[in-house]
Amino acid sequence: MRWIWIDKFVEFHSGERAVAMKNVTLAEEHLHDHFPGFPVMPETLCIEAMAQTSGILVGEAKNFEEKVILAKIKKAVFFDYIKPGDTMKLDAKIESMTDEAASTSGKITVGDKLIAEIDLMFSHIDQNLAGEEFPEENFVFTDTFKSLMRGMER
Amino acid sequence: MAMSRDEIFQKVREIMVDALGVDDDEVTVEATLMGDLGAESIDFLDIVFRLEKTFGIKIPREELFPAENLMNNPEFVNNGKLTEKGLAELKSKMPHTDYTSFETNPDINKLGDLFTVNSIVNYVEAKLANSG
Repeated sequence: MRWIWIDKFVEFHSGERAVAMKNVTLAEEHLHDHFPGFPVMPETLCIEAMAQTSGILVGEAKNFEEKVILAKIKKAVFFDYIKPGDTMKLDAKIESMTDEAASTSGKITVGDKLIAEIDLMFSHIDQNLAGEEFPEENFVFTDTFKSLMRGMER
Repeated sequence: MAMSRDEIFQKVREIMVDALGVDDDEVTVEATLMGDLGAESIDFLDIVFRLEKTFGIKIPREELFPAENLMNNPEFVNNGKLTEKGLAELKSKMPHTDYTSFETNPDINKLGDLFTVNSIVNYVEAKLANSG
């Protein structure tokens, strides 16, 4: 199984910018306890959605050949809540990119309302400066992942 | 117009505050990035990206923080310490750094202490002078 936390891409400009959507529903059980009587999308999971949007943007820039790992949350500022029934729009941009890492900026909106600004850093872990080695198989962008992504294209 | 050393320092300080989540009074000229400001490896890349953007310069891989390349070379490192050759290599790669106290005991575990806020200001100043 692969935990995909965005529903589809609506824009994709290779190596530059991607816009993804995620619908939030009360069928997501974590909302029942977060918080009792006041269901809102946990901010950590908003960061996850942005990490997936940005991470796929960064991965695609190198044809999914690198293992792209979230390395740092540079900034995560929230201005409002996301509630069941909302559709999140995740707009991610690559700010800088080198062989070993990438830096992204992102905005989450619901309708016209700015919900959050989330800036991240990703590491291409095979290019790490310490020379550490990882399994050859790309465990980030697996075949399952790629087939799910193809499903998203429709 | 060329930026003064103090202007460069103020901008570098802002970068450290944003990249490392430290208070601005912690970012002194002598502060070491790893020891005093708690920087980890990914933070170094974050800082490089921010320096490039803020100052409009291009920082080639290994130019600002070249120490990692030395570590894997036995000619440069012996018994946990930099050899004379290693020290010379480091100095040629990082001329913007003060080696006075490191030279007395070039322990590779102390390499992190070489990266001070001052060495970054020196680097940026030299870079801006060359490009201008």
